[in-house]
Amino acid sequence: MSTPSFLLVVTVAVLYSSGFYLLLQRSLMRVVFGILILGHAANLSLLLTDVAITLPPLLGGREGEMSDPLPHAMALTAIVITFGVTTFLLALAYRVWLGDENDEVPDDLEDRRISSLTEPEDSS
Amino acid sequence: MVWLLTAHFAAAALAPLLVRWWGRNAFLALALVPAATTGWALAQALGVVAGTPVGVRIPWAPEYHLTLAFRMDTLSLVMTLIAAGIGTLILVYCARYFTDDEPGLGRFAGVLTGFAGAMVGLVLADDLIQLYVYWELTTVFSYLLIGHYTERRDSRRAAALAINVTTLGGLAMLVGLIMLGEAAGTYLISELLADPPGGPLTTVALALVLVGALSKSAILPFSLWLPSAMQAPTPVSGYLHAAAMVKAGVYLVARLTPGFGDLAVWQYTTLAFGTVTMVAAGWKALRQNDLKLLLAYGTVSQLGFLTAVLGAGTRDAALAGLAMLCAHAVFKAPLFLVVGIIDHSTGTRDLRELSGLRRSMPAVFWTSVLALASMAGLPPMAGFAAKEAVFGAFEHSGSPVLLVALVGLVVGSVFTVGYSLRFLWGAFFDKPDVPPTPVHPPAPLFVAPALLLGLLGLVGGPASSLLDPVLAAYADTVPWNAGNDPAHLALWHGFNLPLLLSALCLAGGLALFRWRTAVAWAGARFALPDAAAVYRRIVYYIVSFATQVTGATQRGSLPIYLGTILVTLVAASALPIIQGRLWTLEAPPVRWWDTPVQFIPAAVIVAAALWALMARGRLFAVVLAGMTGYGTATLFALQGAPDLALTQFLVETVSLVVFVLVLRRLPPRFSTPVLRTRRVLNLLIGAATGLLVASMAYFALAGRRAETISGGYPAAAEEAGGHNIISVLLVDVRAWDTMGEISVLASVAAGVASLLFVRRRTRRLRAPAVPGRLSVPVSSATGSAQTDGEWSPLPLGVAENIVTVRAEAKPLWLPGVLALSQERRSIIFEVVARLLFPVILVLSVFLLVTGHSSVGGGFAGGIVAGLGLMVRYLAGGRHELYLTLGLQPGVLIGLGMTITTGTALAGAVFGTEILAGGAYDLHLPFMEPVHLTSALAFDFGVYMLVVGLIQDILYSLGSGIDEQMERERQAGRAPQSEEVTA
Repeated sequence: MSTPSFLLVVTVAVLYSSGFYLLLQRSLMRVVFGILILGHAANLSLLLTDVAITLPPLLGGREGEMSDPLPHAMALTAIVITFGVTTFLLALAYRVWLGDENDEVPDDLEDRRISSLTEPEDSS
Repeated sequence: MVWLLTAHFAAAALAPLLVRWWGRNAFLALALVPAATTGWALAQALGVVAGTPVGVRIPWAPEYHLTLAFRMDTLSLVMTLIAAGIGTLILVYCARYFTDDEPGLGRFAGVLTGFAGAMVGLVLADDLIQLYVYWELTTVFSYLLIGHYTERRDSRRAAALAINVTTLGGLAMLVGLIMLGEAAGTYLISELLADPPGGPLTTVALALVLVGALSKSAILPFSLWLPSAMQAPTPVSGYLHAAAMVKAGVYLVARLTPGFGDLAVWQYTTLAFGTVTMVAAGWKALRQNDLKLLLAYGTVSQLGFLTAVLGAGTRDAALAGLAMLCAHAVFKAPLFLVVGIIDHSTGTRDLRELSGLRRSMPAVFWTSVLALASMAGLPPMAGFAAKEAVFGAFEHSGSPVLLVALVGLVVGSVFTVGYSLRFLWGAFFDKPDVPPTPVHPPAPLFVAPALLLGLLGLVGGPASSLLDPVLAAYADTVPWNAGNDPAHLALWHGFNLPLLLSALCLAGGLALFRWRTAVAWAGARFALPDAAAVYRRIVYYIVSFATQVTGATQRGSLPIYLGTILVTLVAASALPIIQGRLWTLEAPPVRWWDTPVQFIPAAVIVAAALWALMARGRLFAVVLAGMTGYGTATLFALQGAPDLALTQFLVETVSLVVFVLVLRRLPPRFSTPVLRTRRVLNLLIGAATGLLVASMAYFALAGRRAETISGGYPAAAEEAGGHNIISVLLVDVRAWDTMGEISVLASVAAGVASLLFVRRRTRRLRAPAVPGRLSVPVSSATGSAQTDGEWSPLPLGVAENIVTVRAEAKPLWLPGVLALSQERRSIIFEVVARLLFPVILVLSVFLLVTGHSSVGGGFAGGIVAGLGLMVRYLAGGRHELYLTLGLQPGVLIGLGMTITTGTALAGAVFGTEILAGGAYDLHLPFMEPVHLTSALAFDFGVYMLVVGLIQDILYSLGSGIDEQMERERQAGRAPQSEEVTA
């Protein structure tokens, strides 16, 4: 049985915690930061699946045990996807701000309307 | 067999086109498909009746026991002939029922043809799941057909009612079918019936299947949908709601009776519900004034009759039931068609308003007489022979249950005679105080289908002894016959009880007709509760309940939703940790760090992440978020992942710049934080979730049982000719992942651009392709722009609203800066940007090319090139950006996608499979041989796409926002951010 470096686990824990906290905010920009930080946390924890710090996965380099390339490949894809998603969300947040000069997520009006309904509506 | 089904659906897809070309006569062409099916079924008939079913089995998903199985035995043959034969006639009838300008006729034709295909598939399916699929297809098509008059509220309601009721039953049936299939170990109906399962589970399964069958065939208590479905055009009523779809439930009963007819649940349910339905619906038909509704209740009544007889479970009853099924199809469909003709020719279906049609429409009258005689069970019609057989089968069974049911069936038959007479009198005879109804005579082709079916009913009676061996081929599969000799169909059995009962029915029916007013009064006086009203109450309560639940749970607040999800996650994961007493397990040894150097980036990350929670300024928060990113990149570098570190550094830099570009428009500070209690709660939720996820990561490695699957990767990389395993993974071994990833990037680019330019994209992005020449698009409101001194282009040639700058005369480091105002320019920045750009590009190409053997790759290279663009944009403004590449971002992204997809497909064309790699060594003089692989081409596509993505982001979030700010400044409005600063 082996465990990853405790230090890294603590780092990941802090990253996840602050990411989730930011995700719970009403300001869209902070939500985007939250997703960005969660992305870092996820990528780091992918690397935690490898046992220890070892040589980079390059052939023909120094002799010795190489680190597992699979989590690296996954994390690499994840980094790029995180970038794409945060950029898109950023544009989305900007668009919301353009609309109502405010980047806060308001409560959904439709939901509010339904909760104030006493009679079902006729949908036929 | 499969081809015929496919032909139906292909014809359905083509139907709207045909209708557009040929108008209503397109139905004649469409009728060829079911006609061909009928012909095919007839051609197979001899072999099928002789005992060799036609069948085909195509494996579909063998691991789930799913087969595309079709099988035509006698029962399926009979049903196919009914579904396809009557379908043909109905389509011919449609060619005269509708006018060319009927709205939605193309859709109607397609749906009706598709329905015919689904019905044929339903009766030919030999697999329970496949049967269910066709079953629900008929439900959906029926919904569309009932709701044909989309603009009528009643039509929509009737359609919704029908689909709600039949889908409810269908879902129950699906559960039952799966239980049956699992109990039997096979989903093939033929195998299931050959060795039917038993036990209590089967009983439950059959009850569920019966819910489906009874709801489809409009048996009480599900019968309410059929009368209201009469909102549909009459051909639909004649086909779906008399001859075909409603028979699906009856068919299913007939199909399963050979295997389960001796089970009490099967026999008693079908007998009880069938008989009660026959009596109750028949009684209701007796007081209807609308001819179509009269037929509708009559149909419900007859469906109850068929269900009771086919579910009775004896061999003779099965024979009689199948005969009755044929007779019913042949008499009920023409009656509906007749109603359609009357409605069409007189404009009414109300029997109180019709008078004298006997003389004005003789052909229609005699057609109706034939069909009604068959329905009432008069000799020598098919209906008579079938009804005699039913009475005989129930009488001879000797079972008291069947004898009780026989009483019900006789009462029902009395009502049948009664409403048959009411129909005949109501539609055609002279009424003393009603003037003869004016008639617009129907075309011969309009009447022909109904007449043909009526004559079939006439022939069917004397020919019943010829048909006996055909129908007996099905009946003989029902094993139980109470020890009697098998009965035979015939017109004349001698003087016996069934003949007496038939006479009794006739006498009773005549009496009901004689006192029809009293009967109608009594029927209305002692009516059962109106099922439609009950249904409406139920729907109202369901919707009301749903509204309350939705209102109570959906508060509309995003943080509350997310918080609920996270709390659930933590609670659900904490439960097994506490139950399993995780802390009592042997703890893995703690390893504090890999190398002490890790402390520095880790501390930076922790500090930045925590600070980001409290940061109130937006820009500061961006910097903090960026620090977590750079910290992560450093940890990657220390962890033996140079590729990750490189990519993370580059991506983080691009993100930082992009964030800043957007944030210049937003207020510099976040708005006031929420209540303190809420903040503490959010902190707790965040901390708990973070702790949970991190501890999972911690224990995951300790709990690992299997070896990593990446053991073979170094060898694979060697084989692919690359030294960088990560890169080989991305472009070769796991290239599908990369394909997906770049597709995400392409959609991100499209998404970002459309969010920014959703109003005016086409004009915006027209960048000039001629180097050294700058076309500055000027928005129409910018006449004043040149006077306010914001930007002062040098030599001007104004053409339309394009300002053209000629830069040859005065070479500039960055030509695009001409459009910038003086105070925004920085000569040093311009010079550095200009000088750096080629270097950056070379570096990016280097990263691209060496990616296969060393650190780098298409992504990293593309981002580096994108950074070069970014520097030029930051130094030279947006016009510089337009000039730099002379290509639209969309072009780059499209080219990138084309190259990667092309490489992938080339692997399939020249190699063994999609994404198969190839290699070629290029020998150039004075150089090392260059190892060219298809992976390099693939990576080049990725490179171009990433460059295009960053260019697109700069166009949108950079110069797009620039333009918006310029416009606002011209409109005299200071940007929001400045107001807030003050």
